[in-house]
Amino acid sequence: MELTLWTYEGPPHVGALRIATSMEGVHYVLHAPQGDTYADLLFTMIERRDKRPPVTYTTFQARDLGGDTAELVKRSINQAVERFQPEALLVGESCTAELIQDQPGALAAGMALGGIPVVSLELPAYSKKENWGAAETLYQLVRGLLKDQVPPPGTPAPSPQRWQQEGRRPRVNLLGPSLLGFRCRDDIREITGLLDRCGIDVAVVAPLGARPADLQRIPSADANVCLYPEIAAPVCSWLERSFGMATVRTVPIGIGATTAFIEELCGLLGLEAPEFDEPSRLPWYSRSVDSTYLTGKRVFIFGDATHAIAAAKIASQELGFQVVGLGSYSRELAREVRAAAKELGLEAIITDDYLAVEKAMADASPELVLGTQMERHSAKRLGLPCAVISSPLHVQDVPARYSPQMGWEGANVIFDSWVHPLMMGLEEHLIGMFRHDFEFVDGHRSHLGEGAPAITSEPAAQATAATATAIATDTATATLEGLVWSADGEAELAKIPFFVRSKVRRNTETYARERQLQVIDSETLYEAKAYLSR
Amino acid sequence: MGASTLAEAMVNPMLDGVLDAGPKVAPPLEILKESGQREVFCGLTSIVWLHRRMPDAFFLVVGSRTCAHLVQSAAGVMIFAEPRFGTAILGERDLAGLADANEELDRLVKELLARRPEIRTLFLVGSCPSEVIKLDLAKAAERLNRQLLGQVTVLNYSGSGIETTFTQGEDQALVAMTPLMPSSDKPQLLIAGTLADAVEDRLVDLFGRMGVGAVRSLPPRRSTELPPVGKGTKLLLAQPFLSATARALIARGAELIPAPYPLGVEGSREWMAAGAAACGVAPAQVAAVLDPLVERGRHAIAPHRETLAGKRLFLLPDSQLELSLARFLSRECGMELVEVGTPYLDRQLLASELDLLPAGTQISEGQDVERQLDRVRRAKPDLVVCGLGLANPLEAEGFATKWSIELVFSPIHGCDQAGDLAELFARPLRRRSLLSFAA
Repeated sequence: MELTLWTYEGPPHVGALRIATSMEGVHYVLHAPQGDTYADLLFTMIERRDKRPPVTYTTFQARDLGGDTAELVKRSINQAVERFQPEALLVGESCTAELIQDQPGALAAGMALGGIPVVSLELPAYSKKENWGAAETLYQLVRGLLKDQVPPPGTPAPSPQRWQQEGRRPRVNLLGPSLLGFRCRDDIREITGLLDRCGIDVAVVAPLGARPADLQRIPSADANVCLYPEIAAPVCSWLERSFGMATVRTVPIGIGATTAFIEELCGLLGLEAPEFDEPSRLPWYSRSVDSTYLTGKRVFIFGDATHAIAAAKIASQELGFQVVGLGSYSRELAREVRAAAKELGLEAIITDDYLAVEKAMADASPELVLGTQMERHSAKRLGLPCAVISSPLHVQDVPARYSPQMGWEGANVIFDSWVHPLMMGLEEHLIGMFRHDFEFVDGHRSHLGEGAPAITSEPAAQATAATATAIATDTATATLEGLVWSADGEAELAKIPFFVRSKVRRNTETYARERQLQVIDSETLYEAKAYLSR
Repeated sequence: MGASTLAEAMVNPMLDGVLDAGPKVAPPLEILKESGQREVFCGLTSIVWLHRRMPDAFFLVVGSRTCAHLVQSAAGVMIFAEPRFGTAILGERDLAGLADANEELDRLVKELLARRPEIRTLFLVGSCPSEVIKLDLAKAAERLNRQLLGQVTVLNYSGSGIETTFTQGEDQALVAMTPLMPSSDKPQLLIAGTLADAVEDRLVDLFGRMGVGAVRSLPPRRSTELPPVGKGTKLLLAQPFLSATARALIARGAELIPAPYPLGVEGSREWMAAGAAACGVAPAQVAAVLDPLVERGRHAIAPHRETLAGKRLFLLPDSQLELSLARFLSRECGMELVEVGTPYLDRQLLASELDLLPAGTQISEGQDVERQLDRVRRAKPDLVVCGLGLANPLEAEGFATKWSIELVFSPIHGCDQAGDLAELFARPLRRRSLLSFAA
């Protein structure tokens, strides 16, 4: 038993749901009690999907448990097949159904379903999690659909360079992109374009957008690209073992990794890697003198293994940051994360306890946090800038614009989204440095802190706006509560940087009111400052 | 336990006796009963508002990773530094031996309480897996209460999906609290059901103005300050999903006041009037306080009524507020009811609402979501009330939707909120008329 206040990953059947929902023509019958349909909203709300996930939940209730829940499973399967006419059927169970042992997979196998391929999923809900469930589902589905194509043992592995004899362009499969994965939609577009410039076609993208028939075409490719190891590593290994298909395992996130990816792939396929002329702005932007201030910025990184490892490499090598913490919730890939951390002289944080991550974050005193949505919230509590680099997702991680993480454009996106939170900090510093210059009028407002003097119904804010205009008249100003700012009090207040001024005003007025002062002069201001800074 | 709430209510002679004094149950209704896939939350979801109501309570679900994921998905947990709810996730070892599971639970509870010393009440919340493996949380609560020597009160209830739907979780949580309520036969009005604090203050103030001074609430704002209950207690349900709580309080001597629920001007007025009348307030006094509110509330609804009147409404089952909302939207906002779905129908607690619904209203109980969506597509309503899992897909099919979960998080009860309640339903329609992507 383990106390969990929040979890990075859902149960394994949610991973299966991600695979089913990513694909077309697949339906998933899930033996599950009422309530498990909550998982639908992950797709319809976070991903803003315009279709319901292709799932039929058996929705058993307590009163069904005494009766025949197996019959309910069979009815659900029949109804789902009749209504949705899937090209492949997944059958599985959620945590509760696992306990009642109806074995829906075996039940489905015994049913006449018109020859639809049926894949039975056994996803141990009490020991495994979402990414494992997704990887297992993709593996079982591919295996199930390809079982008749597996060549006999001893068959020589096909050459990844056979395209040369067959008089066609080389082609590869992109494996692993799924819904609720980080920026998968845009990564696929970016990598497909990148491969095209190398003269390589994409045979199958899976699971995202694939149909069962597409999975059956997987062996027709010259190699597999394991884009997201959390989801695709097991299926890539199986395709290697069973079909002799070579796998490219470099994940093209960052300039170095994208270059290495192209070299690995082209080398495998026997292609000359093309020259890319200034493919990404990241290297130049990073060398540009204005990036000097990025040097040695302390960065804390936590996410899924793939994105955390990539982020650590980009941060340390391509942006000149100092990585002060690196970790992941992906236990399946903990070894890789540990190795990456060790290279940076760090001990990897492998945990799914977000409070432990928050503590490690606080202890590392970073200047920038790269993490999941949860680290964004932790960073906010610690007052640290943060960029999101990994699932689990929030609706804002599914942007309308094109914003991949992989390839050349991905590197541009990464530069912008990591550096901007820091640049805002620099801008604040400049505002502080130049605020005494006469050109620098108080009309300039910081985008942080107090924000623009927006229209607001809050009485205190109205008072602030009213007194702000009164400063120039050099007369004492009355606030709503009858408190008066003396002329020298106002003058002292005007020396305070405008972006904290209204906060200081508010704090001072609160301080004065608590002491029943009538007039706020410069002394009051400093007394309040001293009092509040204690 | 609560699996057959409806069936139990039907045969509970105590409740029948009480309700006989109230308005007669409506003539037999044609109700479409369905079973199949249900697109609803389970009772664990109600933790999301219960924990906010009682800031000194912690809700510990004893369940699986699915339970944890459900609650965090429904609640947007990330905004909390450390939420006052969590899940004791069962592992394979716990399934292997229940003795170990009990020891593990004790260990985990003690760790939790050491970390959160401000917690006064701990709710152990049963889930589907804990119910199926028959982990006895009542015994666990008893054992922990002994060990904790009164520092913290440990209660238990089930929010499992095999037994409870969405808001029924609150019903079960309140039932768990009733045995701890002190006994007192002093006259009082007891409002059961979580209300937003501001709404509760307002209702208490209005009852005060009518001359009802002793008004208490269940759940209370502090879990340790439970209201008393006894022969002098007039029980007014603020929410229509509290069947088991009503039974438990009636068993403690309370008298259930039949009324429609305080949604909309009409429902709120009748609800307050019924409560006041039960406490002996003269109708003139009730009218003196409530009539100006009714006037003002109708005025607040009027602009939204313009948007809603004549529009066709389809409510999918979810929050169990569907019948009350249908009554409000048809009678006060002029909407036409295509179908009113409810997860389960407690005819007795909803008798007043059933009386007020237009004759021939199609009510459906339970759900087969695919068939129900077929009916939605055939009927082409102007607005569909549904859960979050269905909202965007229905929008993509061209239907305006209102998510029902917002209704359990927003202050919607009382005459003063009637305008806001109408606005919640008018907004999707208004928005549709605002958007244009034409050149």
